[in-house]
Amino acid sequence: MSANLSAIFYLISGILFILALRGLSSPETSRRGNYFGIAGMAISIIVTFLSIGNFGTGFIYVLIFLVIGGSVGAFIAFRIPMTAMPELVAGFHSLVGLAAVFVAISAFLKPEAFSLGFVGNIKLASLIEMSLGAAIGAITFSGSIIAFLKLRGLMSGAPITFKGQHLINLMLGISIIFLIYYLCISQASNIFWSIVVISFLVGVLLIIPIGGADMPVVISMLNSYSGWAAAGIGFTLENTALIITGALVGSSGAILSYIMCKGMNRSFFNVILGGWGATEQSSGSQSKEQKPVKNGNADDAAFLMKNASSVIIVPGYGMAVAQAQHALREMVDALKKNGVKVSYAIHPVAGRMPGHMNVLLAEANVPYDEVFELEEINNDFANCDVAYVIGANDVTNPVAKSDPQSPIYGMPVLDVEKSKSVLFVKRSLSPGYAGIDNDLFYRDNTLMLFADAKKMTEEIVKSL
Amino acid sequence: MEIDPFIFRLSIFILSIFVGYYVVWSVTPSLHTPLMSVTNAISSVIIVGAIIAALAGSSESIFEISSIFGFLAIILAAVNIFGGFLVTQRMLQMYKKKKK
Repeated sequence: MSANLSAIFYLISGILFILALRGLSSPETSRRGNYFGIAGMAISIIVTFLSIGNFGTGFIYVLIFLVIGGSVGAFIAFRIPMTAMPELVAGFHSLVGLAAVFVAISAFLKPEAFSLGFVGNIKLASLIEMSLGAAIGAITFSGSIIAFLKLRGLMSGAPITFKGQHLINLMLGISIIFLIYYLCISQASNIFWSIVVISFLVGVLLIIPIGGADMPVVISMLNSYSGWAAAGIGFTLENTALIITGALVGSSGAILSYIMCKGMNRSFFNVILGGWGATEQSSGSQSKEQKPVKNGNADDAAFLMKNASSVIIVPGYGMAVAQAQHALREMVDALKKNGVKVSYAIHPVAGRMPGHMNVLLAEANVPYDEVFELEEINNDFANCDVAYVIGANDVTNPVAKSDPQSPIYGMPVLDVEKSKSVLFVKRSLSPGYAGIDNDLFYRDNTLMLFADAKKMTEEIVKSL
Repeated sequence: MEIDPFIFRLSIFILSIFVGYYVVWSVTPSLHTPLMSVTNAISSVIIVGAIIAALAGSSESIFEISSIFGFLAIILAAVNIFGGFLVTQRMLQMYKKKKK
């Protein structure tokens, strides 16, 4: 296949990838969008085979490895529980990063296969592109591994910080740039390997100071990095499909990070440079005093909700941890039978990744037109009888609106306290991720339900 | 003077960033998780490079060091392609409208 013809096919797969993302503008078109994406991928792979034109033993091996990887991927995709989506996505990001590193290494070791020149005499532009691709890929890989370990609970979600951390990161970042410069002059392979190794280190150091609840930002950021790594390799290979995809994924991840930061009213750098609790400790003292709390049980909750005309459910990460989404749906079904109008309110940073709660509710067969974003539903709390907060905490804290001293001041929150009564399911009175007390616990219209989210919801279903 | 082909690729790259910007802003927030998994899958088009790398060896020695890295990258990318698209499909299958 001629180079021009295959370039046109790569352009077509690039366009199909754009359509795949475009499809996600609504759930109805999203499934078709996914097929566009699959088609684009198939075209890219087939065109690559045809343009190489080598159908010898090597080709057989490629197919074998493709099948091995594919079956592993398919197996994971079918088996993974929806609550584990954040770590799955982090894991997948690490694979893209590592694949980028491997391709870059291979291009460095055998540049003639990619028509980039010869060992020791690689074209300058290609050398820069492949070392950037390798560096970003390596950062994506090791960063995603740390994110995966934190999300999976194999590593503490608490931020790991030490003195001079940011200085070290900065120095390492600068040294990568210097090394790329020297690589261009010397073409020495040990410099190339140093770039890869230092980048692995940067990835680790970049993610360890970031705490568990900031993971939505981290995952989006790594998503973005994996795109830029792919684009770097795309330039090296002079491949349009890869350049387009890299740019799409890169900007997609960047936008998601922006949305997540805005959802917490924090700057991107504030998130990257370390955890909330680590930097802000001013609010610790005044929250220690004992304040009266109203304590309820499942029967009280069932009674309140049965006699309500409208109920808004506010799910959070705790719902995912307790796997309470199915029980929740049963509760809502029972309420609907009693003629109660029920809707769901989702804060942008609820859960551990963008859209986490929506997927869990969809899994529990909650129709997506009953699920609303913060701006859509926030005014409705004033007219609602009961707000049922399950596993959310900081995103409901009215302090964010009233106390300029609070670290979360200015963060958009759900106006839960405006509803006639609030049912707050929580295991204890402990503060949330931001390390601050939730004022909502002590309001007159709040009834605390101290229990595991799933158990409590199941008990309410029984008494309904 | 002739324009370096790099400039054309750079143009494609920058224009794609803009396309990405507008397309992603139009994605509904409830589908942000599938967005992440599908971007994950499509960025694995890097498999194109992996295939070229894997097939770069001569017919006598298929497994040179450079092609071994290629084969490893094929496995990683294939996990992502199949895993990414299938899990996205599985998620999107669950989004249903209210039965009227």
